[in-house]
Amino acid sequence: MDNFLQQLINGLTLGSIYGLIAIGYTMVFGIIGMVNFAHGDVFMLSAFIALIIFMILTQILHLGSLPVAFIVVMVAGMALTGLWNWAIERLAYRPLRGSFRLAPLISAIGMSIFLSNFVQVVQGPRNKPAPQLPNHVFNLTGGAYDVTLSVRQVLIMIVTAVLLAAFWYLVQHTSLGRAQRACEQDRKMAALLGIDVDATISITFVIGAALAAVAGVMFVIYYGVVNFADGFVPGVKAFTAAVLGGIGSLPGAVLGGLLIGLIEVFWSSYFTTDYKDVAAFMILAITLIFMPSGILGRPEVEKV
Amino acid sequence: MTAAPQTTPLASASETTASQLVPALRTAVAAALVAFALSFPIISYHAESNINNELVLIGRWPASFGIAALVFVFVFLRQMAGADWRIWFDRFGSIAAGGMGGALVQAAREGEGVAPPSRARVAFGRWFGPFMLGLVIAFPLLTLGLLGPASSLKWINNYGVQILIYVMLGWGLNIVVGLAGLLDLGYVAFYAVGAYSYALLSTTFGLSFWLCLPLAGMLAAMWGVILGFPVLRLRGDYLAIVTLAFGEIIRMVLINWVDLTNGYAGITGIPHVTFFGIPFSDDDNGFAAIFHIPFSPIYRTIFLFYLILGLALLTNFVTLRLRRLPIGRAWEALREDEIACRSLGINTTNTKLTAFALGAMFGGFAGSFFSVRQGFVSPESFTFIESATILAIVVLGGMGSQLGVAVAAAVMIGVPELMRELDWLKAIFGQDFDPTQYRMLLFGAAMVIMMIWKPRGLVSTRMPSIFLKERRAVAGDLVKEGRG
Repeated sequence: MDNFLQQLINGLTLGSIYGLIAIGYTMVFGIIGMVNFAHGDVFMLSAFIALIIFMILTQILHLGSLPVAFIVVMVAGMALTGLWNWAIERLAYRPLRGSFRLAPLISAIGMSIFLSNFVQVVQGPRNKPAPQLPNHVFNLTGGAYDVTLSVRQVLIMIVTAVLLAAFWYLVQHTSLGRAQRACEQDRKMAALLGIDVDATISITFVIGAALAAVAGVMFVIYYGVVNFADGFVPGVKAFTAAVLGGIGSLPGAVLGGLLIGLIEVFWSSYFTTDYKDVAAFMILAITLIFMPSGILGRPEVEKV
Repeated sequence: MTAAPQTTPLASASETTASQLVPALRTAVAAALVAFALSFPIISYHAESNINNELVLIGRWPASFGIAALVFVFVFLRQMAGADWRIWFDRFGSIAAGGMGGALVQAAREGEGVAPPSRARVAFGRWFGPFMLGLVIAFPLLTLGLLGPASSLKWINNYGVQILIYVMLGWGLNIVVGLAGLLDLGYVAFYAVGAYSYALLSTTFGLSFWLCLPLAGMLAAMWGVILGFPVLRLRGDYLAIVTLAFGEIIRMVLINWVDLTNGYAGITGIPHVTFFGIPFSDDDNGFAAIFHIPFSPIYRTIFLFYLILGLALLTNFVTLRLRRLPIGRAWEALREDEIACRSLGINTTNTKLTAFALGAMFGGFAGSFFSVRQGFVSPESFTFIESATILAIVVLGGMGSQLGVAVAAAVMIGVPELMRELDWLKAIFGQDFDPTQYRMLLFGAAMVIMMIWKPRGLVSTRMPSIFLKERRAVAGDLVKEGRG
């Protein structure tokens, strides 16, 4: 039971990170029907950006206060990663609108290869260890097997919850969110009614990247190390989360992320860590084959 | 600007220049600012671990400023240039960004157009393939004659055999991606199945290469059917992701099933290739002794070269013949419009499955060649990057064009290899300059540029397989690419 509770905490933490990345996949898929293969690498890039900004703050500007540093890293990371994704969309995806269906996917695969190798070239192939941060650990129960909850885990879950609430408000109650949902339903009609479709799509990419940047900051805090190849597997897992929750559905992405995090952690705990990635990939394949619309997604209607 | 009653052509020219200047400057400044912001944390600082495994920052501000300045100059000049010139800027920009891939794309763009191709181009198109084939067949003997056995070994092995493996893989994947229009991101799985089939069958049961080769192909095709059957109903982009998942699953099984595959350590001591039973060794029963020639390791390499050339040509031959059969036509029809195919009564699942299985089979052949050549296999050789490389070759080669794939493979594999030879590059970029590090970077950029400039590949026109009176090329724009 103690083990179960501990794994539940770990799984929810990990799931929060996956959920944040998954929103980027699901929003982009919802609005332009494209699997943004490079999203995982944008997440990895954001982790690097966050790490370097944190180093600049502490090593060069000698900022002493950790909370201030955290907020600055978060905001700057979100802004810069958003800018990156804006540029990527502008250069690599926008010219392909109206091209054949697989063109954006191939372009995104190229972008993914480009980004991970770009980071490898400019930052080197080795693991980057993040500076050690103080981490207070709470003991939840006494006894033989301690269930622990660290400040980092609390921080990750709280920040995720707050951001998701803000994001939910943005999509449901602002004119930007309305424009986005309109573009999702019918891009041509939305354009006729005076919505700047290109700008809306750009903003979607920026928001997706900003949430991925939050996940990147969390990733560095949680694992304390980042590598140029770290975008691929979390990216695929987050995509799995988006598919499992029903691609195109925002609550589905979060739900899928939490589920994938829990499944991964419980699988590692009760079975074996060797095949934990296989579990995620199998879920992806099985969901796509038997339940392509996911848990909360709308079934796709094929138009001829 | 004062109000001049009569405007000379010169004045009007300078006026337009002046009116262009401000917006051009504004755009250029904006682009430079964006470039600077993009490069700010990731390029202007390099995070390096020191001896205590702590990260320290090393400033590289000049690089950031340099990039911003380059972008400024480039965008400004492009904005100021007339419409005729702007295209040259785009060309230059894409070549600069995509390296050789971009150059390849641009080279192909030159010959584009609706007008019928000139006679020279037709002759070129007709004779280029056979000429290249002759050159490839003569390649080992030419290098052997020119360089002698010692130094030609490297050329035949690192360039010849290496490139031909990728030509074969590219042609195999071309059946799936180029002809049937199914995006397969896990092709390397079948390559791995072939490689491990030969490795395990030969080390466990002592079967010969010639027996294992068809077995490996059959096993890979079987896996193609097993993996393909449930997923081929899926839409194009879902299919791509599922094949990616399967590719990764097979690699992870290879890593974790230590009893069978020996995990990360891989399988060593795989028997080397023999000349139809005669080993390439220096003892009395060896190839050299039987043919009364002095022993040299070059003979094995040359044999391997012709072996992979034969296998690659087999792939090409089968593909070209299949294109004329109903199944091949069904593949191409499926690529263009799946719904039309279904309404004409084509069994789309079976059609896709045959393409998948055939592509997998050739991947399996290539895999067993890989393990007989290396004598060692490990899961490291079958990562996603390998799949992406093969896919990049097919995409850059023009998705469907056999010759394009071969040229793309030669450029993509051969040029980074060649760059390693060039010592003056080391003098410029420092001793630890490794061009292979940049290879994937350029691959990625080239794939993006390819999709933007020539989404249908280097050969954008389609030659119809059947025609009424005369064979006429169909412009790429007229072909409706189906759902993939």
